[in-house]
Amino acid sequence: MSTSTTSTTSPKPERRTLGERWADLPKPVKIVVWLAVALFFYALPLLNPPLLSTPESDFGSVMFTVASYALVALGLNIVLGYAGLLDLGYVGFYAIGAYTVGVFGSLHGSLPFWLLIVLAVCISTASGLLLGAPTLRVRGDYLAIVTLGFGEIIRLVALNSEWLNQSRGIQDIPRPPDITIGGEPVFEVPRLLWDGLTATVDLGNTSAFLEFGLLDGVPYYWLALSVIILVLLGDVLLQDSRVGRAWEATREDEEAAELNGVPTFRYKLLAFAMGAFIGGLSGALFAARQGAINPETFTVQLSMLFLAAVVVGGQGNRWGALVGAAVVAYLPERFREFADFRVVVFGLLLLLLANFRPQGLLPPRRARRAQRAGKRLAELEGTEEGARA
Amino acid sequence: MSERALGEDQLVVEGLSVNYGRIEAIRDVSFRVPAGGIATLIGANGAGKTTTLKTVSGLRTVRAGRIVFEGEDISRVPSHQLVKRGLCQAPEGRGTFPGMTVEENLDMGAYTRSDRKSAAYRADMDRVFTLFPRLAERRAQAAGTMSGGEQQMLAIGRALMSRPRVLLLDEPSMGLAPKLIQQIFSIIVEINRQGTTVLLVEQNAAQALRTADVAYVLETGSVARAGRCAHGVDPRG
Repeated sequence: MSTSTTSTTSPKPERRTLGERWADLPKPVKIVVWLAVALFFYALPLLNPPLLSTPESDFGSVMFTVASYALVALGLNIVLGYAGLLDLGYVGFYAIGAYTVGVFGSLHGSLPFWLLIVLAVCISTASGLLLGAPTLRVRGDYLAIVTLGFGEIIRLVALNSEWLNQSRGIQDIPRPPDITIGGEPVFEVPRLLWDGLTATVDLGNTSAFLEFGLLDGVPYYWLALSVIILVLLGDVLLQDSRVGRAWEATREDEEAAELNGVPTFRYKLLAFAMGAFIGGLSGALFAARQGAINPETFTVQLSMLFLAAVVVGGQGNRWGALVGAAVVAYLPERFREFADFRVVVFGLLLLLLANFRPQGLLPPRRARRAQRAGKRLAELEGTEEGARA
Repeated sequence: MSERALGEDQLVVEGLSVNYGRIEAIRDVSFRVPAGGIATLIGANGAGKTTTLKTVSGLRTVRAGRIVFEGEDISRVPSHQLVKRGLCQAPEGRGTFPGMTVEENLDMGAYTRSDRKSAAYRADMDRVFTLFPRLAERRAQAAGTMSGGEQQMLAIGRALMSRPRVLLLDEPSMGLAPKLIQQIFSIIVEINRQGTTVLLVEQNAAQALRTADVAYVLETGSVARAGRCAHGVDPRG
């Protein structure tokens, strides 16, 4: 249909993106790089690098907080980013996970720790299915309202139920069991102490592998990081599968997906249940680290913060969700000296982001490609008659 | 087009009624789609054409009446199961997956097939690209950035990837330039000639009547006239 091919359409040698270059690397190289990255993150709280470290609070504990946010963001990314379901009450699942560990580990029982984790995950997944089954049949806006209500209901039940200890919350929540050899830690890792740019090994301040004490946050961080890596592996496998394609189609056009043979309701429910699973897991780890929980931890604001992590990072991209969680959880701790202005700065950042990068810091491949294609189309317009046919 | 010998009725709709809440969208609609033919439902805006088609493809709930496809009652079969049975609808207008490329869209059309790595699958993909050369040019482009006509072609091509025996088309000419409408309709005839029965919902009555073998005219939610097309609409009652 095009009448002529003018010089303006001559193809420029397209710059390869970092992602494309990465994809071309041989597999062993990739594995080595991944291992190095993982190792770096495991060692991060001990390296204690001067600019990254948090001067006013324990770096290991901050890193645990970041990791638990990252886990939540990964779960919410499945619900929001992959399946496109706006869940405003994600904190509900987080609370259910935390309370399960508290109730059966301290308040009304003393089950072993790992069983508590399994129980927490089962109960939060079941509640996800129960909430999703009736509500996922309605359209997006209603889902947002129903989930918002769900999050609040969970908090209010905890606040008012005698059985859940009302506003007093739950104390003495069991910590993960230590892994030791004859009462001694397997090994101890010293930290680096920085003076300007010179580092010295501080033998007096070590982290024990794996002793879950009250003060040292590092072992908890290691545990959370390991869970994140497992979840990431599952996430990668899932997104490349039929399930991932079904979620994507459902998110983009539910009716068209249904017409192509995707049982959309079933896949939405699956996404919801998986989100609840990961949310509950994260809540359980949080309770085990914290040792004490009360209803006021699980407010709507926390839901919004989780949501912000995914949206800021780039919904639909697992790495984006991780970056978003780091931004939301780490920056406020790093810049504690500006504590009074934290909310203002956070609000300003969100505004800037919404204006200049609405798809998030690390948008998924699709969003980037759509943007590129849109630009190319705009360039072609006028030179090619068929572009708007 | 001269009158053709048509097979038995492949799709039969009897006394179909659908409500949106309390409001009656269609009432007592009956029509038949002969095997190997092109049937069309024509009518003005709001006559109930799209509702009828969506009900046949399982997206709307049947209140009364029944839909029989190749001898089996499919009135209660959910949409996503009809694809496997050989009935597939291309949605109206821009019913593509905007963030996916042309190729990924076509691949979604083959979602229910288990032979996605096979030669047959490649052949079907090539067939779509032969029918719509324009899609071949844009195979790596995101669907959402294409023109309305191209997206319409993509929606039809994607439906073909499921190898339907009956193809349902919802207003393929909507919002297109006259030249492009001609093109789309000749492709529909070609698809039909290759062995797919077509049920076509159209507002562009003139074009639809030139293309179809049988036609039904919908007016305010029920069938007003019906007849064979080669010599215009001849009212039956």
